[in-house]
Amino acid sequence: MARITASVYTSHVPAIGAALDLGKTHEPYWQPVFQGYEFGKQWLKDNQPDVIFLVYNDHATAFSLDMIPTFAIGTAAEYQPADEGWGPRPVPKVMGHPALSAHIAQSVIQQDFDLTIVNKMDVDHGLTVPLSLMCGQPEAWPCPVIPFAVNVVQYPVPSGRRCYNLGKAIAKAVASFDEDLTVQIWGTGGMSHQLQGPRAGLINKDFDNAFLDKLIDDPEAAASIPHIDYVREAGSEGIELVMWLIARGAMADAAGGPKPKAVRRFYHVPASNTAVGHLILENT
Amino acid sequence: MALDKPYLDVPGTTIFDAEQSRKGYWLNQFCMSLMKAENRERFRQDERAYLDEWAMTEEQKQAVLARDLNWCIRLGGNIYFLAKIGATDGKSFQQMAGSMTGMTEDEYRNMMIGGGRSVEGNRVVGEDGSAQAHRQPQGSAGQKVN
Repeated sequence: MARITASVYTSHVPAIGAALDLGKTHEPYWQPVFQGYEFGKQWLKDNQPDVIFLVYNDHATAFSLDMIPTFAIGTAAEYQPADEGWGPRPVPKVMGHPALSAHIAQSVIQQDFDLTIVNKMDVDHGLTVPLSLMCGQPEAWPCPVIPFAVNVVQYPVPSGRRCYNLGKAIAKAVASFDEDLTVQIWGTGGMSHQLQGPRAGLINKDFDNAFLDKLIDDPEAAASIPHIDYVREAGSEGIELVMWLIARGAMADAAGGPKPKAVRRFYHVPASNTAVGHLILENT
Repeated sequence: MALDKPYLDVPGTTIFDAEQSRKGYWLNQFCMSLMKAENRERFRQDERAYLDEWAMTEEQKQAVLARDLNWCIRLGGNIYFLAKIGATDGKSFQQMAGSMTGMTEDEYRNMMIGGGRSVEGNRVVGEDGSAQAHRQPQGSAGQKVN
C-alpha cells in the first residue's frame, strides 16, 4: 500500500530559480533565502520518498488562454522544463510516475473531483523552483514527480475549502494504490505578493504568519478563508496559497488521524516581489 | 443577474476574471507566442509588423509598444502573459512589477528590501495608503500610472 508520509510547503518565486541558475546564492540578498532551505535539503535526503506529488500552478506556460483547467494531473512518463521566455531553466527533466498518476486520476474523479488528465506538457518555475530549493542542483531529481497544476491565474480559482477537500481525496487515492510506496505531497506558491498595478509589492507578514499558524494547527480554519481575504490581505497573487491547502488536506489528521509534526518553519521577506514561506509537516 | 465580484474595491488591483480574459484574449495569446525563441526574434526585428499579425485592438498594440503594463492590464492583459514581453526585453519580474508603481527600479527594490508595501490603507478604495489613486505616481520614475 502506498502512503503519504509528509507534506512540504514552499513559495516558488521565479527569481529564486534564476539566482540559483546564475550562481548568486551567496550574495547577501539571496543568502538568507537559501540558508532557510538547508534544513529542508538535508531532511529530504534523510526522508527521500518514492514519489513526490507536487501541487503548483502553471504561469501561462503549458496552459494559455486556449484551455484553462481548474485541476490538471500530469500522467506522462516525463516532463521538460519549459522556456518561459528567458530560455528553459538548466535543470534536469522531470520523471513522472504514470502508474500512480493514472491511479490517482481515476480514484479522485470517482470521488467527484473532475480532473483534467494531461499526457503531454512542459513544466515551469512553479514546479522546478520548489525542486531546486529542496534538492539543490543535482544531475537528476531524486525521485519521480507527479505534477498537479491548479488554475490560480484566471479568477475564480478553486476555493480553499475545495482544495482542502481535494487533498483528502488524493490521500484516499494514494492509500488505495497496491504498490508499497512512500509519497510526499508538496503545496507550493505564495506567500503574500502582488505583481500588478499600483499595489504591486504588497507584503503582509501578519497575514502570512497567521496563515502558517492556522495551516499547522487548525487547517479547517485555514480552509475557510474566502478568496477576497487573500486578495485584500495577501495581494492578488497571494491567492496561490489555496494550493497549500491541497497538501494539507492530504495529511492524516484531515481524515481523523493523528496531528502532523511540524519539523520546519521558515519565513523571509523579500525574494524579488514575494514573501517566502516554507513548512515541513510529517505524518506521525 | 450580476456576478459576484467582491474584489472591485481593492485599490490599485485588477483581478483577471472571465470578463478581463475575454477582453484580453488576443493580447495574451500574442504574449504567449513570445515563448518561442524565433518569435521573440521576429518581434524584436519589427514590433509593429509582428503585432499586426494578431487580432488585437489598436489600443492593445499601442499599450504593448509603450510597454505600459498598467494600460495592458486595463485592456485585458494578465501579468503572467505580459511577463513574456518583459522576458523578451530582458526584464525581471521585479522590474516589471515596479514599472507599474511609478517608482524607479531602485525605489521599488528598496521598498521590497524594507519589507514590501504595507497593507495598511491599501485594503479598500478610499483609504489613504500608497496604492490609492490619489497617491499616484508613487516614485520619481515619472511614469504615468492609472
